[in-house]
Amino acid sequence: MTIETTLRPAVRRDPLLRLLALARPLRGRLILAVLAGATTTAAGIALLAVSGYLIARAAQHPNVTALAVAVVAVRALGIGRGVFRYAERLIAHDAAFRVLADVRVRVYRKLERLVPLRDLRSGDLLARLVSDVDATQDLFVRGIVPPAAAALAGGGAVAVCAAILVPGGAALAAGLLLAGVAVPLLSAGIARRAGRETAASRARLTTQVVDLLEGSAELRAYGAVGAALDGVHRTDADLTEHARRSALARAAGAGLGALLAGLTVWAVLLLGVLAVEPRVPLAVLVLTALAAFEAVSPLPAAAAQVSEAGAAAARITGVLDTPEPVPAPARPAPPPEAPVTVRLRGARVTYGPVRALDGVDLDLTPGRRVAVVGPSGAGKSTLAAVLLRFADLDAGTATLNGVDLAAYDPDDVRRVIGGCPQDPYVFDTTIRENLRLARPAATDGELRAAALDARLLEWIESLPLGWDTPVGAHGEAISGGERQRLALARALLADPAVLILDEPTVHLDEPTRRALTADLLSATRGRTTLLITHDRAGLDEVDEIVVLDAGRVAERTVPARAPR
Amino acid sequence: MKPFDPRLPRYATAARAHLVLTVALGLVTTGLVLAQAGLLAHVLAGHGAVAATLAALLAVVAGRALAAYGGEASALRAAALVRSQLRRRLIARAVERPGRAAGEVATLATRGLDALDAYFARYLPQLVLACLTPLAVLAVAAGVDPLSALVIAVTLPLIPIFMVLVGLQTQARTERQWLLLERLGGHFLDVVEGLPTLKVFNRAKAQAAIIRDITAAHRRATMRTLRVAFLSALVLELLSTLAVALVAVEVGLRLLSGGLPYEKALFVLLLAPEAYLPLRNVGAQYHAGMEGVTAAQRVLDLIEAPEPLGARRRPAAAPATGEDAPAALADGGAIRGAASGTGTGGAASAAPSGGGTTGGAAIRLDGVTVRHPDRDAPALDDVSLTVEPGERLVVTGPSGAGKSTLLAVLLGFVRPESGSTSFETIPEDEWLRRIAWVPQHPHLFAGTVADNIRLGNPDASPDAVRDAARLAGAAEFVAALPDGYGTDVGERGLRLSSGQRQRIALARAFLRDAPILLLDEPTAHLDDENARVVRHAVERLMAGRTVVLVTHDAAWTAAADRVTGLTAGRLREMEPA
Repeated sequence: MTIETTLRPAVRRDPLLRLLALARPLRGRLILAVLAGATTTAAGIALLAVSGYLIARAAQHPNVTALAVAVVAVRALGIGRGVFRYAERLIAHDAAFRVLADVRVRVYRKLERLVPLRDLRSGDLLARLVSDVDATQDLFVRGIVPPAAAALAGGGAVAVCAAILVPGGAALAAGLLLAGVAVPLLSAGIARRAGRETAASRARLTTQVVDLLEGSAELRAYGAVGAALDGVHRTDADLTEHARRSALARAAGAGLGALLAGLTVWAVLLLGVLAVEPRVPLAVLVLTALAAFEAVSPLPAAAAQVSEAGAAAARITGVLDTPEPVPAPARPAPPPEAPVTVRLRGARVTYGPVRALDGVDLDLTPGRRVAVVGPSGAGKSTLAAVLLRFADLDAGTATLNGVDLAAYDPDDVRRVIGGCPQDPYVFDTTIRENLRLARPAATDGELRAAALDARLLEWIESLPLGWDTPVGAHGEAISGGERQRLALARALLADPAVLILDEPTVHLDEPTRRALTADLLSATRGRTTLLITHDRAGLDEVDEIVVLDAGRVAERTVPARAPR
Repeated sequence: MKPFDPRLPRYATAARAHLVLTVALGLVTTGLVLAQAGLLAHVLAGHGAVAATLAALLAVVAGRALAAYGGEASALRAAALVRSQLRRRLIARAVERPGRAAGEVATLATRGLDALDAYFARYLPQLVLACLTPLAVLAVAAGVDPLSALVIAVTLPLIPIFMVLVGLQTQARTERQWLLLERLGGHFLDVVEGLPTLKVFNRAKAQAAIIRDITAAHRRATMRTLRVAFLSALVLELLSTLAVALVAVEVGLRLLSGGLPYEKALFVLLLAPEAYLPLRNVGAQYHAGMEGVTAAQRVLDLIEAPEPLGARRRPAAAPATGEDAPAALADGGAIRGAASGTGTGGAASAAPSGGGTTGGAAIRLDGVTVRHPDRDAPALDDVSLTVEPGERLVVTGPSGAGKSTLLAVLLGFVRPESGSTSFETIPEDEWLRRIAWVPQHPHLFAGTVADNIRLGNPDASPDAVRDAARLAGAAEFVAALPDGYGTDVGERGLRLSSGQRQRIALARAFLRDAPILLLDEPTAHLDDENARVVRHAVERLMAGRTVVLVTHDAAWTAAADRVTGLTAGRLREMEPA
C-alpha cells in the first residue's frame, strides 16, 4: 500500500485525505476503535433511556419479572460503558502509533533522498516537520475516531426516538446535526483564524526574546534594555488580546452548543406532550434525546484537531512531493574501486541567480592532499557537496576514475568519497555508537586506532563511563572541540579512498584550532584528502592550497612544505 | 508528582477574579441542571400546568446557554491572563539572569505556556467544582428522597478512594516508563537532524528499518503505560455509572412497591449523574492537568532559579571587608575625583561632537579577582591596571586568558570577587553612558540597519547615522542593500556577513561618541579584506578616546600606546611594537 497505488500521480488530492489513505492497512483496527467508541456512547445514552423505562414502567406497578430485563440491562450498560471506553482508547492509540510508524518511514525515505536540500538545512524546519509527523497520532485518536463514533451513536439515538415518535426523531436529528456539525465547524474556523493571528505575534515575540537575551550585553551597554522590554510587553499585550478574542468566540461555541441541546430536548418534550404519548414511551423519548447530546460533546475539539492536522498534512505532503535534487541514474556505472582519482574541470553550480561554483578545476590523485581556503560563501562547501553527490553540476565535468560522477549510483560514490561534513551531527547515544556509525563492523582495536589518530583516545579513557559515555542530545554533554574530534575520528574510521574534511576546526578557539589542524594533518598523511577551511594558518604540509573567492579559484599555491 | 504546584497561585493573581467567576458559573450551571431535571420530571409525570412548566424550562435552557458562555469565556480569559503574567515574569527573569539559551526561553514563553490553558481553564475550576457540586446535589437529593441520597452519599467517596488506590499502583510504573518513552520519542528527530551525516557514511538507508523498529518499540512501551494509565479512567467510569445504575434500580423497585411517587423517582434519576459528573470531569482533565503542571514547573523553575555566583550585576557599592578596606577607602578618594572629572565627559557625549573627547579621568582596577562559577582557576587573578585619559591600551593573550572578562569588569557587568575599581560607586547607567563597546561577536537586532546603528541613540538624525556608517566603513555596502538604511537585517542580522555586522557595530560606537572605547577582537574571524576595512575604521574610532582593546592578534600592538599581556588571568607589561 503506497501513495502511488492509491492515487493516480496526476491527481493531487487534499493532503489530509492522502494522509488518511496511509491508514488504510489499519482500517480494521480503526473500525474496531470506532465501534467501541460508538458502543461506549450508546451505552451511556441507553443507560438513561432504560433507567427511564424502568422507572416509568415500575410506576405502573407491574409484576417484578416484567422489570427483570431492564434491571439487568441497566447494570450491563453501566459496566459496558466503562469497558468499551477503555477498549476504544487502547485500540485507537495502538492504531495511531502503527500509522505513525508508516508515515515516519515514508517521510524519512523521502528526506533521505532530499537531504541535504538547501531548504531543509534549518534545524527548526526539520523539528517542525518531525512534530507534524508525530501529530498524525492525534489526528486519529482525537480527530477521526470520535466523530465516526458520534455519528453511529447519534444515529442510533435518532432511530430510537423516531421509532417512538417520528417528529421527535426528526427534531433530535436536526439538533444533533447542528450541534455536532455546525458548531464544531464554527469552532474550527475560529481556531484557525486565532492560530494565524497568534502565530504572527509569537514569531515576533520569539525574535524579540532572542534579541533581548542574545543581545542583552549590548542592550545594557547602550542603555536600550528598557526599550526592548517595552517591545516585548507590547507583543505580550497583543497575544493576550488575541487570546481574549478567541476566548469569546470559543465561549460563543460552548453557549451555542448548550442552547442547541436544551432547545432540542425542549422541542422533543413539547412534541411528545402534544402527541399525548403514554408515560413510558414519553420518558424513553425525552431521556434518549437528553442523553444523546453526550455524543456530540467531543466534536468541537475533534474539528479543531482535524483543522490543525490539515496544516500539518499539507507540510508533510509538501515534503513528499518535493522533486529529488540528485536522482540516481537508471543504469548506474559499476561501482568505482580504489585507488581513486577525482577530477573537476570548469565545474559550475548555481543556486538560483548565484553561482556558488564557477569554473573550478581540481585534481585529487591518490595520496594527494589539497586544502581549499576562502571566506564563507566562497563555494567551499558546494565543492564538497559536488564530490559527495549532494549537488549536481550545471556546467563543466566531474569524473571519478575517468567516468562521469553522475553516472554512478550516489551511494556507490559515497562509498569511496567520504569524510566529515560541515557541522557534523553527533547522535544522542554513546561515544562508541557515534563512532561505529562510520563502520558498524569495526573492531574495538579499529575504534581505538581511529580515536588515537584524532587525539581523542586519552580523553575517552579518562571518562568514568569511557566508550559508553552518552554524548547527550546534539552532543551537548561534550565540548565543541571533542565533538569535532569525534567527527574526525569517525571520518578516519570510515577510511574512504577520498577523505573530505569540511571546516573541521570551525567554532573552535585559536589554540584548539591550531592543535586540531596539526593533528588532522598528521592523521591524513598519505591519504587522499580535501581539507576545507577558512583559515590558512598551519597548512604548510599539504600538496596544494586552492583559494576560492565567490565561486572562482582566486589563487593556487604549492606551500613550502615540510618534508614528507 | 501531584497535579498541583503550590507556587502557581502566587503567579496567578491576575486571574483570581476570573477563576472565581468560572467556579461560580459552574455552580450556577449545576443549579440550572437540577432545575431542568425537576421541570422535566414534572412534565413527564404529567402533572399540572404543562404550558407554564415548559415556559420555565425554556428559561432554564437560556440560562444554561448563558452560563456555559460566561463560564467558558472567563475560564479561557483566566488562562490567558496567567500566561501573560508568567510570560512577562519569565522574560524579565531571563534578562536579569543570563545564561539560558534564547531559543529555549522563547519556546517556553510561547508554546511552553500553551499547556496552562487546559490547566487553568479546565482542570483547576473542575477541581474546585468536584468538591462543591456533589455536596449541593446531595443536599437537594436528601430533600427529595433521603434513601437515594444515602446511596449517593455512600458511593460517592468510593470514587476518590479507588482513584487513590489505582493511582498508587500505577504511578510507579508510569514514572519508570516515562524516561524510556521520552528517549524513544526523541529518536526520530535525532535521526532526521543527523541525516546529512548518516548519508555521508552511507548509513541513511539502513535507518528506515531502524525507525520502524524503534517506533514499534515506542508503541509497545506506550501501550504498556496506557493500559495501566487508562485503568484509573476505567475505574472512575465503572464506579460512577454503576452508582447511577444502583440508584435507578433502587428507585425502580421502590416505585414498584408504591413507596415512591413517579415524579420524585424521575427527578432522582436525572439528578444522580450530576453528583458524579464533576469527579468524572476531573478524571478526564487529569492528563491536561498534569501537562499543565509540568509546563508550569519548567517555567517556575526558571523564574525561581537560585542566584548564580559571579556573573552578576554589581550592587550600588561593592562590599569592602578585611584588608581590602584601606585600599577601597584610598580608592574612594580617586573615585570622587573621577566622578567629577568625567562629569564633563558625560556632558560632551550627551551632545555628539564627532569624537575627540576623553574620559577625563583614569580608569583603575586594583587587585581585581574574578571567578566564574564552576571553575576553580580565577578568570582574572589579582589584576591591577590604570588606563590614563586618552591612552590606548592593547591587552593581548590567548583565548581563555580572561580578556573578555576584563572587558566585562570594565563595563561593570561582572562584579569582582575581591579588589576594587575606580568606577564602582558610579551608577551603572551613568558609567555606561561614557562607554562605547564593540563586542567580539556583535549582535544585530531584528529591524533596519539604521535602527541597529541607533541602538544607543534612538533619537539620532538620519545624517548622524549616515556619518557614523561612513566612519565605520559601512556606507558603501549599506548603499548597495535593497532599501539602504531601511533594509531589514533579519533575525540576528543573518542577512549580513560577519564583516558587515562588525562594521555596523562600529557605526554604533561612532554614533555613541563616548569618551571610553572598549573593543574585543575587532578583526578576528574576518577574512583579509574585511579585516583591513574594519582595522581602518577602528583606528579612526580610537582617535582621541581612552581605549582598551583586547585581542590575540599581535598586529594590533602597532596601534597601541601601551601593551599588556594577559595569560591565565594575570597581567604582565609588554613593550609596544
